[in-house]
Amino acid sequence: MNHDPYQWGRPSNETYGAYNYNIANANNEEFKDYNHHAHQFPKMNTQQPIITGTSVIASKFANGIIMAADHVGSYGSLLRFNNIERLIKVGSETVVGVSGDISDFQYIKRLLDELEIEEEVYDNDGGNYLKAPNVHEYLSRVMYNRRSKMDPLWNSIVVGGFDAERKPFLKYVDLLGVTYHASTIATGFGSHLAIPLLRNLIPEDKDYVKVNEDQAKKVIDDSMRVLFYRDARSGEVFSYVVIKLDEESGEVIFEFVNDAKVENQSWRFAKDIRGYASKQQ
Amino acid sequence: MFRNNYDNDSVTYSPTGRLFQVEYALEAIKQGSAAVGLTSKDYVVLVALKRNAEELGSYQKKIIKIDDHMGVALAGLAPDARVLSNFLRKQAMQCKMIFNRPIQTQKAALTIADKAQENTQSYGSRPYGVGLLIAGYDETGAHLLEFQPSGSVLEYFGAAIGARSQAARTYLERNLDDIRESDSIEKLIVHGLYALRDTLSQDVELTFKNTSVAVVGKEQPYTSYDDEDVQQWLDKLDSVTNDRNKTEGDDESRNEEEEGENAADEATQGGEESTQGDRMDTDE
Repeated sequence: MNHDPYQWGRPSNETYGAYNYNIANANNEEFKDYNHHAHQFPKMNTQQPIITGTSVIASKFANGIIMAADHVGSYGSLLRFNNIERLIKVGSETVVGVSGDISDFQYIKRLLDELEIEEEVYDNDGGNYLKAPNVHEYLSRVMYNRRSKMDPLWNSIVVGGFDAERKPFLKYVDLLGVTYHASTIATGFGSHLAIPLLRNLIPEDKDYVKVNEDQAKKVIDDSMRVLFYRDARSGEVFSYVVIKLDEESGEVIFEFVNDAKVENQSWRFAKDIRGYASKQQ
Repeated sequence: MFRNNYDNDSVTYSPTGRLFQVEYALEAIKQGSAAVGLTSKDYVVLVALKRNAEELGSYQKKIIKIDDHMGVALAGLAPDARVLSNFLRKQAMQCKMIFNRPIQTQKAALTIADKAQENTQSYGSRPYGVGLLIAGYDETGAHLLEFQPSGSVLEYFGAAIGARSQAARTYLERNLDDIRESDSIEKLIVHGLYALRDTLSQDVELTFKNTSVAVVGKEQPYTSYDDEDVQQWLDKLDSVTNDRNKTEGDDESRNEEEEGENAADEATQGGEESTQGDRMDTDE
């Protein structure tokens, strides 16, 4: 295999003979004028993320779910935007949290708005919500379809809400169309830093029923703090959503807080740290 | 010859604002053999009378499965029903694939209604010549909808389409309370068969060959009964012949009643007088 980027993925001519550019509909004609290598280049429509959002973290608890994401839109290492709301309310009882490319996130947001409008058109008696599993299935189809065109939406998505049996629902889908469900889900940096904390609270998937809202909220707050300490693309201000079922009335309570701040940070120890090894006071 | 100037295509209104091509399509439904649908709280039943072209021929299929939770009964042009039911199946599969949920009965019906409506306002197309009874059970409960080629879709507790369907509607109206209260599938099917029996013409009786039954409902995936499987339901009827044809004495009074109903039918069909207004004498 030849690892020169312009020869990417190509078997070497010496070994295998001339490459057939019709493979995978390689559309190299349009680049001919720009670069003398270009005619050897396959069709390009994959991307790289530009403005990005970092982790989304979420957890189930006994009668609902909680999800959180900060407000930063990074442009590489530049914390370019600090007002990006990355949690989307869909219907009356579903929340979709998106990390990754922000322009693709905005596209997904529009898709979900359209979906909601169409749902209302055919809603015969108003009793039919678009439920979280339906939203997740839809998004997973969109994501897998796009990656199959080699043109992915560069995001990791978490969908939270209730399923048809009114049980808490939490499921993930990403740019590859990979999906999984779990009682605790986090994307990106959060999967390394938040999941270990959340798994302390909910060691096994079925254990979420033993956890109440306050316990879950506390660990989510802790996780957001740890992420703010350690993730260089994170922000101090974040949004969180709590969706819970009121046991008595059977109604769904959707709580959206968009000005939460990382609290109780400890920095006082820092003044005692001097130098890197041998430097004395 | 008398000829109507306003019925050449489906893009021409008559001076009274009617679309004759659509009305002719509705007529095709009345020529088809009868189909009856009825609902209780948890179940929907479809029953239909199958016709064979001749003694040696097979019977035309009348009830089509759409999905595990939905089926349709047809009256009118069977090929049009195939087109529409295939479209419905596609919609149902798409809903499963994309949203992982069974399609709502109401939504399914509206999609084919939109499709049918388009054919009533574009040049070169014709309205569908088939009426459908759409039975489905979804998260909002049991539903029975009647589809017409005009694009109109209405929900009913009980409905009948096809030849002499007025008799079945009359039966359903008279027994509505009992039908709505039915908690067993059996009771509902028997009511359906009695209603269907009333649409029979003279010298015809319900047999397992000419009767189709389908049911769908709560914890009851779509199930249809044809041929020998129908016999179990026919056995529960006191008689498989139209009781108005049974006794000589009864015959006359019953027939009168039917004629009265048919006359009423004609009247609703159409304002004989206004039709006159739309007609023009032309030399051909």
